[in-house]
Amino acid sequence: MKHILNFTLNGEPIQVEIEPHLMLLQLLREKLELTGTKEGCGMGECGACTVLLDGKTVNSCIFPAVEAEGKRITTIEGIADGKGGLHPIQKAFIEHGAIQCGFCTPGMVLSVKALLDEIPKPTEEEIRNGIAGNLCRCTGYLQIVQAVKAVSGQ
Amino acid sequence: MPEPVSMEALMNKFEYLKPKTLDEAISLLKRHGEKAILIAGGTDVIVMAKQKRMAPEVLVSLREVPGLDSIHTHGTLRLGPMVTHRAIEKSEFIRKEFSALSDAVDSLGSIQIRNVATIGGNICTAAPSADTACPFLVLDAHLKVKGSQSERMIPLSQFFRGPGRTALSRGEILTEIQIPRPLPNTGSAYWKHQRRLALDLPILGVAVLISLDKATVTCSDFLCTTSPISAVLHRLEEDELVCREIRIALGVAAPTPMRAVKAESLLRGKKITDELLEEVSEAAAKEAQPRDSIRGEAWYRRDMVKVLVKRMTMKSMERILRPEEKVFPDRLW
Repeated sequence: MKHILNFTLNGEPIQVEIEPHLMLLQLLREKLELTGTKEGCGMGECGACTVLLDGKTVNSCIFPAVEAEGKRITTIEGIADGKGGLHPIQKAFIEHGAIQCGFCTPGMVLSVKALLDEIPKPTEEEIRNGIAGNLCRCTGYLQIVQAVKAVSGQ
Repeated sequence: MPEPVSMEALMNKFEYLKPKTLDEAISLLKRHGEKAILIAGGTDVIVMAKQKRMAPEVLVSLREVPGLDSIHTHGTLRLGPMVTHRAIEKSEFIRKEFSALSDAVDSLGSIQIRNVATIGGNICTAAPSADTACPFLVLDAHLKVKGSQSERMIPLSQFFRGPGRTALSRGEILTEIQIPRPLPNTGSAYWKHQRRLALDLPILGVAVLISLDKATVTCSDFLCTTSPISAVLHRLEEDELVCREIRIALGVAAPTPMRAVKAESLLRGKKITDELLEEVSEAAAKEAQPRDSIRGEAWYRRDMVKVLVKRMTMKSMERILRPEEKVFPDRLW
């Protein structure tokens, strides 16, 4: 039985018909064609598929799409200003070379956004904790931590 | 060349039901029988479905049943099964009064997982490695369980029946986790022995709760973390500290999370000494029934039970005075 799903995606209300076993990640990438969110492990371990659900990070690869009913979902496509300008976190990542292959970057940026929304000036330990759920297999963590420090005015 | 297949395609298709009340959820579980499984946060259920370790035809979600995610701190601590690990992590009250539980959620999965995964799910999945199981065991948690006919209480110590198996009957739902207020002068701690500080499963989990005789906790600096344990214990012996209550729980040390009751009985009511703590730790290691697995060998786990029971007992005593003290030393960062 298909579900009619209503939720807010990057600030816009949206209605979509979905299969009950669809994960949020597949809904975003395959049905809604928002391919900024990446599939890494598909098992909730690597954080590449991180999106914000009511402002909190979740692994969309293991989050049933039907549970997004009535929620606010923010993907990497939704954090820039919509006029081609990047979010300050994205700018800081670029300035500090906190991107290598780029595959972890969307999830990493959203984890950092959730962190800074909660703690505007995090300590290094808080930064490392905040991105601990996002694996960067290029292992460029140092630049990421530096980018987060810079964007939080430290 | 075969077509690349996404994880999605490998997973069995299932129906997804969202009952609005507990009674509706219970009757759905009854109606669909073995085909159905309850889903809370889903961070275990969905992963197991993707890995084909289970193939449910119907998932019954608890997310839209109201009132299951509340935390009541007045008197007995009462936690709804849908409380997320992140909500526990953020509770300063729980960190101060029930420190071992905060230790467990601090190191469970990642923030992404903790935002979604629930304490009820962690207990009901009944993995031998469940991080919250050991703290809940030493905190003497009792589970309130509702079925179609009746409601009952199950002590957590009688809940786990094997890996993935619990005392729940078909159609029964965990509705509340209750934790009695600890005695005065109580501290607790949980150590997740793991290879990395996030996104790992424990090689071994050790939780300890200790309550000391009230009159004896007078010296505010009796535990100094930079001193060797033997030096600290020497001072403790001079203080004549008596253990009123001790509970020790071990995870990944047997087919289910377990209490080391023989080890506990050696210390309960006794004066704390270095020699006695050594005996208690050794007894706990003997009680453990670890196995060889991909994360560690049985002999290694047994040796580490001995080390960590002693260390967590010390940490629990330290926590009586400094409940906010971290279980992981800062230097690891």
